[in-house]
Amino acid sequence: METTAFQKIYTRIDQITKATCSLRASGIGNEEMALVNDRLAQVVKIEGDLVTLQIFSGTEGIPTNAEVVFLGHAPQLAVSEELSGRFFNAYGQAIDGGPEVEGKLVEIGGPSVNPVRRKQPSELIATGIAGIDLNNTLVTGQKIPFFADPDQPYNQVMAMVALRAKADKIILGGMGITNDDYLFFKNVFENAGAIDRIISFVNTTENPPVERLLVPDMALTAAEYFAAEKNQSVLVLLTDMTLYADALSIVSNRMDQIPSKDSMPGSLYSDLAKLYEKAVQFPNGGSITIIAVTTLSGGDITHAIPDNTGYITEGQLFLRKDTDIGKVIIDPFRSLSRLKQLVIGKKTREDHPQVMNTAIRLYADAANAKTKIENGFDLTDYDKRTMSFAKEYSEKLLAIDINIEIDTMIDTAWGLFNKYFSHAETGIKAELVDKYGKIENELNKTI
Amino acid sequence: MSTKGKVKGIIANLVIVEVDGPVSQNEICYINHRGVKLMAEVIRIGSNNAYIQVFESTRGLKTETEVEFTGHMLEATLGPGILSKNFDGLQHDLDKMEGIFLQKGDYTHPLEVEKLWAFKPLANVGDKVEAGSWLGEVIENWIPHKIMVPFTFPGSFTVKEVSSVGEYKIYDTIATLENVNGKLIEVNMVQKWPVKIPIRTYKEKPRPFDFLETGIRVIDSLNPIVEGGTGFIPGPFGTGKTVLQHALSKQAEADMIIIAACGERANEVVEIFSEFPELDDPRTGRKLMERTTIIANTSNMPVAAREASVYTAMTIAEYYRSMGLKILLLADSTSRWAQALREMSNRMEELPGPDAFPMDLPAIISNFYARAGFVYLNNNETGSVTFIGTVSPAGGNLKEPVTEATKKAARCFYSLSQNRADSKRYPAIDAVDSYSKYLEYPEFIEFVSKTVSPNWVDNILKAKNILIRGHEAYEQINILGDDGVPIEYHQVFWKSEIIDFVILQQDAFDKVDASTPIERQKYMMDKVLEVNNTSFKFENFEEVNPYFKRIINVFRQMNYSEFQSEQFIKFENELKEIIEEKAVVEVEQI
Repeated sequence: METTAFQKIYTRIDQITKATCSLRASGIGNEEMALVNDRLAQVVKIEGDLVTLQIFSGTEGIPTNAEVVFLGHAPQLAVSEELSGRFFNAYGQAIDGGPEVEGKLVEIGGPSVNPVRRKQPSELIATGIAGIDLNNTLVTGQKIPFFADPDQPYNQVMAMVALRAKADKIILGGMGITNDDYLFFKNVFENAGAIDRIISFVNTTENPPVERLLVPDMALTAAEYFAAEKNQSVLVLLTDMTLYADALSIVSNRMDQIPSKDSMPGSLYSDLAKLYEKAVQFPNGGSITIIAVTTLSGGDITHAIPDNTGYITEGQLFLRKDTDIGKVIIDPFRSLSRLKQLVIGKKTREDHPQVMNTAIRLYADAANAKTKIENGFDLTDYDKRTMSFAKEYSEKLLAIDINIEIDTMIDTAWGLFNKYFSHAETGIKAELVDKYGKIENELNKTI
Repeated sequence: MSTKGKVKGIIANLVIVEVDGPVSQNEICYINHRGVKLMAEVIRIGSNNAYIQVFESTRGLKTETEVEFTGHMLEATLGPGILSKNFDGLQHDLDKMEGIFLQKGDYTHPLEVEKLWAFKPLANVGDKVEAGSWLGEVIENWIPHKIMVPFTFPGSFTVKEVSSVGEYKIYDTIATLENVNGKLIEVNMVQKWPVKIPIRTYKEKPRPFDFLETGIRVIDSLNPIVEGGTGFIPGPFGTGKTVLQHALSKQAEADMIIIAACGERANEVVEIFSEFPELDDPRTGRKLMERTTIIANTSNMPVAAREASVYTAMTIAEYYRSMGLKILLLADSTSRWAQALREMSNRMEELPGPDAFPMDLPAIISNFYARAGFVYLNNNETGSVTFIGTVSPAGGNLKEPVTEATKKAARCFYSLSQNRADSKRYPAIDAVDSYSKYLEYPEFIEFVSKTVSPNWVDNILKAKNILIRGHEAYEQINILGDDGVPIEYHQVFWKSEIIDFVILQQDAFDKVDASTPIERQKYMMDKVLEVNNTSFKFENFEEVNPYFKRIINVFRQMNYSEFQSEQFIKFENELKEIIEEKAVVEVEQI
């Protein structure tokens, strides 16, 4: 970014802290960008003529006579078709060696969509993974995170979902991801021949942490351009939102704010909601779907970051290693897609909702049976059947390496019900059993 | 001459303004930002500086910008045309705003200024009237919307003139009143009221007693709420708070539903926008939207307006209550409102209370809940505002400040349980942990024994007792093992499971099961208790589980069938046969 002629240059800084500097200046707008010795900074506070700037890359080596130039605008991104297939840093500057993108300059973090202008999401996103499509169906315009411990393959699963999702554009917002993960995404997208549909904004662990605060807004501003103006379906991948929230807490701490739960800023809910609520179905057909990653510490979802996220997003997907089958599964108990009600049984077969719920209930019975074993009790015949069911269910439907059609998933579940249970035990509405799952087996005769 | 000021400091949406005249606490002002007026509220005053919270983003705002003070607090605009509207937190009509995105300072009129309303006078010339007296009415959708003497009018007045039957616009004069000093005052259909102050134009506010039917069994049949009552629903995310609120808004027996979507997901409001105009109100046969008003301050809309949104909603509810109507106000979620208070308190550098919330949070919450209630109006008509708020406890911990403060204020507590949600037992209300204080009100017991059934409250207590005993038996079985306890324990447990599966669990997405009229609830409760009073004989514990599963399955098929339909009766007979297989003695009298 270059300075233009006739811009006033300030050269006297009054105060410098770890992340901010303050100087006397007038006519400055709130949230305006500035350059401090060529480092990008943003106005965070104005008191009379004392302006406080947050320097994204930190204040190391900034002298009191640094040159400060105000740019007269909030952080912005040039949007155009040229963004496709490109890689950028947190400021929207190209990092792939290509030319700077030319296009319309848009301020990031722009206004919200009027709720009455939104459309109800109704397009199913098929991923082939039964733990998602059958139990936690995704819909365009939805926002949903993976809750996963750091050792789980969330980035791989997310990349797989993204590629299968048939979106017009996939926008990756990488916050504090390792360089290895960045290269992984780049490779996967290139190998899939999808690179033209991908746009990436990346802040790796090598970059200063505060910079990553710009990444999701950059990604979502690009997404809004393609969804609202080009009527495209856009999938935004944000990883890792926990590191984003950590950056928020660093800034709030340096601004002397009183921390609330888990030393997170009191505004964490609003800060996260502002991003996630960019997920939208526009009336003209464009949509923004957000799939994010929130890493947990030891599976603890009561920590302020996953907790606030859960209240904002439309469900969450839990990854868990199932030791019975030795594979990573989508945990059916703790995962949830709130928008699935809009499509299951409507866009999919009518027996989908009941089949899904019944399978999960029986899987829960199996968990109870397991507890019985742990406590050293004998198992009833029913317990044993639920446990065999659970293992097969886990293997054939919950594992993340499944790739089948939704109807096949439902039929697979019926097959398992009929293999292990009577109709009375499944408790499914009689008319659905007649239509989709009627079978004379031993259990239906004897019990 | 109104007070003016200049911006001196900006910290996010807290702006410090140097003023040139008197300002009052909570006064509304407008910042003139590049030709766009940004609305703000005074929240603290110090010497020549007013600290204002701006209801918009302050991006680009500069010091020395001019500010104009209005001389009044945040007000709701009350008049015909509120019903079926979608407002933002400050009561601006969202449908009138242009474009897909919300623009700063796009403030639209909440009512239809040009619309003609068919007016009918109710007061006569010479009548003595006071604030809240009915002067006339217009039909709004289907509600007889009363045009009242503005609530702000002090003392008594004489009606000098009232318009005859005819069509009028909201700002046309429809009556002329004379005060005690002989001064004439013209009245039109619109009045304003400061949202933070309760409307008190009623004669008496007794303890509420009239049963409010919701069609949700775990509420009506176990923890009933009353007309004019208060309740709250705390629950961790994913336990079904919103589905429950939507069910309430669709089914509850009320003349008008006001939904304050306070800091929640926009798609949830969209669900209401798109479904309610299509769905029928089973009670009136009209569309649900015709009785619904939505105040939407979704989580991405300005935080400062979030606090205002619940007050705006309550003021509208009180206004319609003064017309003798039954209002149900739902707020989802009050925790977001508390968080908005926390953000502001933090920016003003106030000393924090628990979890950094402001110290006076419990007082703010209980004052708000106190605005609900059943009232006798001055003309002896009755009206009510029933308020049910949800709480989103941080980390699902019910010991956090918002839940604790709300527990002290609300009379019904509907606790959503993570365990029930995990095992897909919806609605996930824990019937035993939850309570309704109204069950202890003699006036309520008397009312339901007349209107529902003489043993309704007794049955509730019996059912709860069975659930508690079932839970105890379950724990014993878990500790001692299936064969380590008498067979009787298995029976006790499974009998409680019948109540759980048949009464507590309800499929909000099934056409028939979604809403259960009280007549049917009574019938099913009697049936379930009948089975509970039957003794069964089993050879061993392994027989118990499959046998009761059959009973539960048939009961559930009954729940899915139209009441007293052929299918329903078929399943009922099937149930009878199953029971006769193992019943030892005849069914005892209950």
